[in-house]
Amino acid sequence: MIVADQKSLKEILAMVKDNKKILIVGCKGCVTVCNVGGLKEVEILASIMKIARKKQGNDIDIDIKVLERQCDNEYVAEISDIINDYEAVISLACGVGPQFLSEMYKEKIIYPGLNTTFFGGATEHGVWEERCAGCGSCAIHDFAGLCPIARCAKSLMNGPCGGSSDGVCEINKDTVCIWDTIVQKKIKAGQLEDLIGVKGLKNWRTARDGGPRRSIREELVQGNI
Amino acid sequence: MRLSYPADIKIIQVPCTGRVDILHLLNAIEDGADGVYVAGCLEGECHYIKGNIKAKKKVEYVKKTLAEVGIEPERVQMFNLSSAQGARFAEIANEMVDKIKELGPTPIKKNHAA
Repeated sequence: MIVADQKSLKEILAMVKDNKKILIVGCKGCVTVCNVGGLKEVEILASIMKIARKKQGNDIDIDIKVLERQCDNEYVAEISDIINDYEAVISLACGVGPQFLSEMYKEKIIYPGLNTTFFGGATEHGVWEERCAGCGSCAIHDFAGLCPIARCAKSLMNGPCGGSSDGVCEINKDTVCIWDTIVQKKIKAGQLEDLIGVKGLKNWRTARDGGPRRSIREELVQGNI
Repeated sequence: MRLSYPADIKIIQVPCTGRVDILHLLNAIEDGADGVYVAGCLEGECHYIKGNIKAKKKVEYVKKTLAEVGIEPERVQMFNLSSAQGARFAEIANEMVDKIKELGPTPIKKNHAA
């Protein structure tokens, strides 16, 4: 899933300091799963913002709405009847949400309420870790099912580097050296020689280096399936 | 025992403090309560195993969040006592009321739109 963190209350309150009536829009997708943009989080943010503004003697009217997803126009369109009742909108979605809202509601001020961090998953309750860098040409099968692009600090294709110590990366004691894990896993499987071959140059044009990406599924565009 | 406790307190019963939600606490403050406290069972004696521990964490979260927006975190408290401790219940009620009186009325109430 796409993992995100909520912006600080201070930052959010500063964004809407001149607004009197806003809508907070949550998303039932990834950000609900990572507990930052679902119904509960939207309600809590609305309540604490109202408390903060009442304390300042500058009440704010806040309504809430949680969309199925903010990354599909059919759901974003669900607020078309109400959006003009508000001066601004805070989107509690990944970075895609506020942009879909801005593109559909061109005159409206849309604030991002979250900082989108990475593609990852929960390793324990309340802890999320990065697993994918979205490079556009997956090769995890070459690395014992683990991604050195997302998980190695240097995105090395041939590792580990000299910064690996006792299975830990030099950048942070909480960061596993994924190359150490890959090598250990390959040794255990008796397949260490798989790593000996020199990897060809990775085509980074499929990654962000090639500019904003677009994925077109012709059969869907044509409505055949 | 016929113990008396301050009339300032409005009691909301829940089956277990595990039922208490962050929003219940925040909404009370938002709607102008001067303070709100959760009276749960003694730690380690929850009939639902850890309802009171969960409530404690929620209270901590609310205190931290209120502090971020400049509301005294002491306005939200968690207490633990057993249902057999009637005297302690009255004592806690007095403690809380004294604390809130010391803090003064909520800064929210005076700006609350009618």
